[in-house]
Amino acid sequence: MRRTQQSGIVGAFDTPEAIIRAAHELRKSGYRRLEGYTPYPLLDLERAIGRGRSRIGFVVFPFAIAAAAGAYLVQWWTNGVDYPLNAGGRPAHAPPAFVPATFEMAVLFSALSACVILAIWSGLPALWQPIFEVPGFEQASVDKFFLAISDRDPAFDREATARKLTELGASRVEPLGVHPATDAELDERLERREGEES
Amino acid sequence: MATEPVFIGRPTDAELSDQLLSTAWRPWRRLGKIGFLVAIIGTLSLFSGITFTVMRGIGVWGNNIPVGWAFDIINFVWWVGIGHAGTFISAVLLLFEQKWRTSINRFAEAMTLFAILQAALFPVLHLGRPWFAYWIFPYPSTMGVWPQFKSALPWDAAAISTYFTVSLVFWYTGLIPDLATMRDRAPTRAKRFIYGIFALGFTGASSSYRHYRVVYGLLAGLSTPLVLSVHSIVSSDFAITLVPGWHSTIFPPFFVAGAIFSGFAMVLTLVIPVRSLFRLENVITKRHLDNLAKMVLVTSWVVTYSYILEFFMAWYSGDEYEIYQFFEARPFGPWAWIFWMMMICNSVIPQVFWSKKARNSLAVLWFVSLLVNVGMWAERFVIIVMGLQRDYLPSAWDVYVPTYVDWMIFLGTMGFFLLLFLLFLRFVPFVPLAEVKELKHELSHEEGH
Repeated sequence: MRRTQQSGIVGAFDTPEAIIRAAHELRKSGYRRLEGYTPYPLLDLERAIGRGRSRIGFVVFPFAIAAAAGAYLVQWWTNGVDYPLNAGGRPAHAPPAFVPATFEMAVLFSALSACVILAIWSGLPALWQPIFEVPGFEQASVDKFFLAISDRDPAFDREATARKLTELGASRVEPLGVHPATDAELDERLERREGEES
Repeated sequence: MATEPVFIGRPTDAELSDQLLSTAWRPWRRLGKIGFLVAIIGTLSLFSGITFTVMRGIGVWGNNIPVGWAFDIINFVWWVGIGHAGTFISAVLLLFEQKWRTSINRFAEAMTLFAILQAALFPVLHLGRPWFAYWIFPYPSTMGVWPQFKSALPWDAAAISTYFTVSLVFWYTGLIPDLATMRDRAPTRAKRFIYGIFALGFTGASSSYRHYRVVYGLLAGLSTPLVLSVHSIVSSDFAITLVPGWHSTIFPPFFVAGAIFSGFAMVLTLVIPVRSLFRLENVITKRHLDNLAKMVLVTSWVVTYSYILEFFMAWYSGDEYEIYQFFEARPFGPWAWIFWMMMICNSVIPQVFWSKKARNSLAVLWFVSLLVNVGMWAERFVIIVMGLQRDYLPSAWDVYVPTYVDWMIFLGTMGFFLLLFLLFLRFVPFVPLAEVKELKHELSHEEGH
């Protein structure tokens, strides 16, 4: 389930306030397929692009219950039915003694399933994504805020949308979804950046 | 009352990124090399000790009836306990929305992971035939037998393996946005490639962050009862037996408090030199150290209260073996000086943290944190060895003496811990970059209103 944008147009903003304001405006003008790329989570931006609270907790819950039930069943079957052993006169099926492992397995499988579902819903791992080809996108993990609009958006129009992004304060507007850069181009970019920094 | 800020100065996000990532790019320094050398010597000592133990059997240790548990379990409990403050800082303080946890949480989580690794070695080695360790898991074997889940040993196995795995995914999940930053800022292609793989292609997309935030909170919510359960289960190794000084219902909370106490001390021990060496005074401020010192003081009192209660319960039970254990064997029997060292290090010395001046002095903080670690190790020694040395049968009483192999393995785990920790400092941004930027953003908003 790939949720990231494949092609369209991207605007870069300098502050979180600017991108949130722009996202609000675009939603108001009828844009629906928006995606933000930010260096840290911005709750207001998620709301502005029309994303509600994640429901991942509800999906994890059944895994927790299944793990707890499975762990208890294993203990009950092995110690209570298949191989009962009289240890200190305690009953073969001893519920209090089965609590620790049951609890631990519930925690373990909740955590693991949460991470796996997070990866699937985020489309990760995906070492290459079209958005990486946008010049300057490496700043999205440092201090720039990118707003992408999909070309499948009902209100999308390559020129008008680009103009709109500039009006809303985007310092740069770039096309998204062009062919991937070659290794040589990547090296060149890296060298250019090293040059700028030194 | 004016409090120290959790964040000093107003660097831009780019400056902050460069500052916090620079630790992974800059070349090795002499101090780092010396640290690595010490750590490698310790690690070699650990693995030589382990090799010797596995070759000859655990008879090379000082353990012998009646003291069948000694350094191995002392070190196990001590290391697991140290791990607990890491989870406490990253999970419990996150749930309580304590802003000061942000700069030190990854640091503390790494401490947790590496401490659990050291801890997990000991029960496995204590098996004597560690290659059969997998027998603890309920798999359908040709032997037709199953593990005994009424014993604390399978509980331990479940608790420790869960604790390690959950800590690892919690740590890694928190790390992903920063790995993406490292990928994007990497100075060479090789580094960009390696960090790129570990970053999994994370883009910082809002649609990912939406789930990410919830999963991070969920992991914190899961870790909170987990951290309480782990040391409760570890304490059950003792509490469900009948040894004098062990068979007590106070053990689970007593052990959890002790664990968090030693863990906070260990965070201080590690954070003070790192903060000075890497000049991180602007993100790890006096406020962090002050709060950590206060937590040490609070947990010191919980531990002290437990000591008092243990003595009271021994007297109140009227059981002559319990009374002998607490009022004669521990304060006056063999190894009594370790008991007094425990009392001084855990209950007396942390009281200096009532003074603000002491909480503000790096030297005092560091020295006290070391003594607390010593004191908590002494506590594990007192509980385990003293109880077994003076069991119900006076004719079987004996005195425990550790061998050089015990010391090699114990000191070796410190070296191995240091090695893992230095590698972590070397290759990973140990102050969570994305979270600090988020905090800075929030703080600037609060000022704006």
